[in-house]
Amino acid sequence: MATFTRPDTLKDQITHYCPGCGHGIAHRIVAEVIDELGIREKTIGTAPVGCAVLMYDYFNVDMIECAHGRAPAVATGIKRVQPDKIVFTYQGDGDLAAIGTAETIHAANRGENITVIFINNAIYGMTGGQMAPTTICGQPTTTTPDGRGAHGEGGPIRVCELLSNLDGTCYLERTAVSTPKDVLATRRAIKKAFENQIAGKGFSMVEVLSMCPTDWKLSTQKSLEFVNNDLKKVFPLGVYKDR
Amino acid sequence: MAEAAVRAGCTFFAGYPITPQNEVPEYLSWRLPQAGGVFVQAESEVAAINMIFGSSAAGARSMTSSSSPGVSLKQEGISYIAGAELPCVIANVQRGGPGLGNIRASQGDYFQAVKGGGHGDYKLIVLGPAYVQELYDLTMRAFDWADYYRNPVMILSDGILGQIAEPLELTPYTPIVKLPPKDYILTGCAGRTPRVVKTLFLNPADGLVHHNDHLQEKYRRIEHELSLCEEYETADADIIIAAYGMSGRIAKGAVRKARRKGLKVGLIRPITLWPFPKEPFVRAARTASKMLVVEMSCGQFIEDVKLASECAVPVEFFGKGGGWYPMDTDILEIVESMQPCRSAPCATRKD
Ligand SMILES: Cc1ncc(C[n+]2csc(CCOP(=O)(O)OP(=O)(O)O)c2C)c(N)n1
Repeated sequence: MATFTRPDTLKDQITHYCPGCGHGIAHRIVAEVIDELGIREKTIGTAPVGCAVLMYDYFNVDMIECAHGRAPAVATGIKRVQPDKIVFTYQGDGDLAAIGTAETIHAANRGENITVIFINNAIYGMTGGQMAPTTICGQPTTTTPDGRGAHGEGGPIRVCELLSNLDGTCYLERTAVSTPKDVLATRRAIKKAFENQIAGKGFSMVEVLSMCPTDWKLSTQKSLEFVNNDLKKVFPLGVYKDR
Repeated sequence: MAEAAVRAGCTFFAGYPITPQNEVPEYLSWRLPQAGGVFVQAESEVAAINMIFGSSAAGARSMTSSSSPGVSLKQEGISYIAGAELPCVIANVQRGGPGLGNIRASQGDYFQAVKGGGHGDYKLIVLGPAYVQELYDLTMRAFDWADYYRNPVMILSDGILGQIAEPLELTPYTPIVKLPPKDYILTGCAGRTPRVVKTLFLNPADGLVHHNDHLQEKYRRIEHELSLCEEYETADADIIIAAYGMSGRIAKGAVRKARRKGLKVGLIRPITLWPFPKEPFVRAARTASKMLVVEMSCGQFIEDVKLASECAVPVEFFGKGGGWYPMDTDILEIVESMQPCRSAPCATRKD
């Protein structure tokens, strides 16, 4: 009989994440995949600045904590020095698509053989709910009290679409963790993103639509609905590149 | 500098083009791969220094090079690298500022290099070479000190030294210190508990205070152990010129000319700018009657000279910013005007 156990790649630690947050689910998926591929002892992770900054307290792998947005550059430095190791970044939307836009685009364009886990929760979680580059039009945040778009903020950046234009990218998929089916799809995608790196195929990114009940100021149930009914409309799930 | 880096075992370089240091990345773009290393042209200086953060954490002797505006962009990463106690070598081939400035030689980034530059209480080891040979030799030493102290080292050069051609002996590299094992680097956690490289200290509440105490202790040790300085004709000097790097080299010419005229003039040329070599200045303050600071900036280096000599003798200043450099004949003229007067007190020149 199968029992539900903690992956070796996760430490026996209670996380600091809020109830209903998607980071915990995404952590577990990444950890399960690392276990399954048997790469824990050759994996080097990079932690972002954002709610997941303390992920090295939870992951049982070598890790480095990067400056806000710089993880793809740091990962480049690590992977180029130790090409036989498995290097991944785990970044929020502010980290990856605002302050770190240049590092993201250029690591992708160089085709760095790394795996990027991109947690898109459409908000700045750690700093208390300000507008993110992926905040959708009309969505209220603490810096767009009238909803995004009312005062010249522009619209959400669709990162998978943007990166799919670059020759250097190998695999880009957008998934979610708001239904059990989505969680399974995310697991499959993240596994593939790591397998690509093992096969030396180049830059792979999985964009995961994720919940932030605290800063969305929604219940955990309503947060799932916000992903399923609103975010998925603006950020269609699917494979944007696979070569 | 680039060849010295390769010979010292540098295996990772990342940089972004900027004059007057383009020769360094251009050379390393083919030379480093030839020697088994990696060269990356980064999308910005911000990315370059963060690649260094990663490559150093992965155990490679790592280097980046830039000039003033680019070094400003690197400050974020430098603070993280210093905080995480990772070794690396950063070259700043200084040009005129502020802003985009110009591409002439300058020493205007002195404060940024020796006092901090990025956020938080940290120190770089800062080296101020004046000759190509010295630049070559110090580059090799820089890698050793970076590894030995687990601290970033900055080579603070300038546009003249960056562009000059002069004879150089390509000596082989031998480490000057016994280097400690790199037991902090990330290699995947095979057979050991995972390692974390980080600069965030939240728990316990005073964790960051302790980390800072630890860093300061290290900096005191470096101050105690590391000090390089050229002293030239100082023993009987009545007037001591203090200058570093290119202005030090030009000032040396002025001292030679002054000596030929029978003037008792000497030079103190700090080579480590942090730690600042204090002792020669303490001695000079006892024996000389005046000092003259020459710098290619508007009064930065002079502060450390005054601190080191505890303002025990009057210190005059000859310096300008914006890509200006002094002529030895101008320095000589000032030194002559500073000679003790035979008749009535004379006005000393302030430039
Ligand atoms: C240079 C810099 N600017 C700003 C911050 C403050 N800051 C910390 S986390 C964060 C936003 C994080 O949002 P996101 O990347 O979306 O991740 P989340 O917290 O939502 O998971 C910001 C702006 C910082 N630490 N460093």
